[in-house]
Amino acid sequence: MSWFDASHERIAREILARYPKPKSAVIPLLHLAQEQEGWITPDAMAEIAAMTGTTAAEVLGTGSFYEMFKFHPVGRYVVNVCTNVSCQLLGGEELLEHAESTLGVRAGGTTDDGLFTVEDVECVAACTEAPCFTVNYRYFHRADTDTFDEVVADLRAGRSPLVRGASGDGGDIPDHGTLGRVRQHVPDDRRAGVVPPEDVTGPPAWMPAAEDEAAS
Amino acid sequence: MTGAYVPHAAGYVDNDGPKVVTSRFPHEDSFTLERSLATGGYEGLRAALTMAPDVVHAQVREATLLGRGGAGFPAGVKWGFCPEGVWPRYLVVNGDESEPGTYKDRLLMERDPHQLIEGCLIACYALGLSQCFLYVRGEMALAQERIATALNEAYAAGYVGRNVLGTDLSVDITLHWGAGAYIVGEETALIESLEGNRGMPRLKPPYFPAAIGLYGQPTIVNNVETLANVPWIMTKGAAAYREMGSETSPGTRLFTVSGHVNRPGVYEVEQGVTTFRDLFYGEAFCQGIRDGHELKMFIPGGGSSPWFFAEHLDLPLEAKEVGAAGSMLGSGAIIVMDETTDAVKACHRMVRFFARESCGKCSPCREGTNWEEKILARILDGHGRPSDIDLLLDVGDNISPGPYPVAAHADEGLEAVPFPPRQTTICPLGPSSVAPITSTIRRFRHEFEARITRSDGIPVSAAAPGGEVGA
Repeated sequence: MSWFDASHERIAREILARYPKPKSAVIPLLHLAQEQEGWITPDAMAEIAAMTGTTAAEVLGTGSFYEMFKFHPVGRYVVNVCTNVSCQLLGGEELLEHAESTLGVRAGGTTDDGLFTVEDVECVAACTEAPCFTVNYRYFHRADTDTFDEVVADLRAGRSPLVRGASGDGGDIPDHGTLGRVRQHVPDDRRAGVVPPEDVTGPPAWMPAAEDEAAS
Repeated sequence: MTGAYVPHAAGYVDNDGPKVVTSRFPHEDSFTLERSLATGGYEGLRAALTMAPDVVHAQVREATLLGRGGAGFPAGVKWGFCPEGVWPRYLVVNGDESEPGTYKDRLLMERDPHQLIEGCLIACYALGLSQCFLYVRGEMALAQERIATALNEAYAAGYVGRNVLGTDLSVDITLHWGAGAYIVGEETALIESLEGNRGMPRLKPPYFPAAIGLYGQPTIVNNVETLANVPWIMTKGAAAYREMGSETSPGTRLFTVSGHVNRPGVYEVEQGVTTFRDLFYGEAFCQGIRDGHELKMFIPGGGSSPWFFAEHLDLPLEAKEVGAAGSMLGSGAIIVMDETTDAVKACHRMVRFFARESCGKCSPCREGTNWEEKILARILDGHGRPSDIDLLLDVGDNISPGPYPVAAHADEGLEAVPFPPRQTTICPLGPSSVAPITSTIRRFRHEFEARITRSDGIPVSAAAPGGEVGA
């Protein structure tokens, strides 16, 4: 009985099939676990270790290096306010202060109702649209304190604030843990075939046999 | 608050210059296979498939396509570093864009994923790379969705996967999400991450993963923008590519200009011939420093680059000239700061970035970047010591020994120190933390001193605003 539920288990198997070595799937599977649970539980790490031929300690060792993985429960909405220089110049720090004071938590903290976690983050690649923040990695560009308040009010009221964003996303903001809502899916008859490197003995079919001699 | 639904990530600003990688950006559906095919998509791949693989490689080498990730190494030369007769070979695409100020790969991935996929396929064909891993920064959810959709479309239509377009070319492209770590943009750290490990750079040599890379196999690691140029080179030819830009920096390049300008944006610009002044003040570009203000300084090539000043405005966007003047073009990310900017605060914020993002593998960086951050923080808090300026430079010297690359300061008779810095570390992250420090101390030492001696008028006791301390 897998820790993953049936639909996530199916995705996990697809992910594993895309890598020549199973350990490469550790980070994608950690994302998948976080999508299912909202954070990375010890049981999830044990399951991922079993699926990838590693140990739970190795999974934690890898996962804890990366900021997006949470090893404790966080809010349903993780709000990342950028304060790096491009945003700092145009009010990023003031925006963070506003977020902290209106939600009543310091950066890294979660509101008592479990709705919001606020983070003070590094550059999120929206520098021309400073200052900016993201909610579960959906962007809100050229944001001021009013933008922030409106987005929070929307989320509290169960409305999607994405229309206020400038990111090209439609629909609702998914709960924390869900990144891309479209997943790669390779039909069996289109797959080139993923093989472990040790099973490959020569050049691929399209390379001329004499390539080795011709190259210089 | 407009409330209007914008179908695209904002930021790209059209100008009348030549377009290599942004030609589809004006279309609202630029990310679909349908739009791609209607505007010449996958024709570069079709052209490549009619040539022998080594001819395709030669085209890219002749185009002098410089890598767009930061180091500026020619992609065609890098492609030639795969050892002969060692199979399989892999392609890893670096879409982990995290350099402060850089916002161009996200646009390329969100707005034209098919162009990137096509570039990947051409590289795989040219070099015999049998699997491609597209490593997209974890925080970029929309880019992940757009690339997943594009890959699903391209697989179904026969452009990716088994027997591409009925030929012998068979390549799987695997979309891989990162999880939040700047250092993973370093190519050997990227490979470690892709193998399921902490993203820590590998010891050099080998200097290029083309020798020993993913799973110990020959691996080409290219930046998103680099590969996005390849389809154009295939359809139009290397000679046409070299007609744009300058001899040493041909083609166009995406520059992200942010900060205190009237029209910040991502601009596709001819390299080598356009100057910083054109970019900051030109009508087609940023249209000047924000109203009524003056330029104080600018970061010319991402958070890792030493800072420039007004006297550098007439330098062309060309790697060698910028390097000789003491900085680098890096990832093409320019942050403009006007005279209202507090140099100490901006310096601290950039150094804090490197302190937070140090992977911890090399002690000079792990310890040094955090020392730098702590010293700058106490200066900002009003607890600076007179020895702190020298201490900052000394800590920096332990990460990057000897004269650190910095712009000239004519008023003081100080000459430029050319790029690059030396390093006591495996990768350039630690040395990069020194750039904001030496840049600002050389030019704005008085601002540091003012903070330290509290000549800015901060009262000794905030509890006694009447100034009756000890009275």
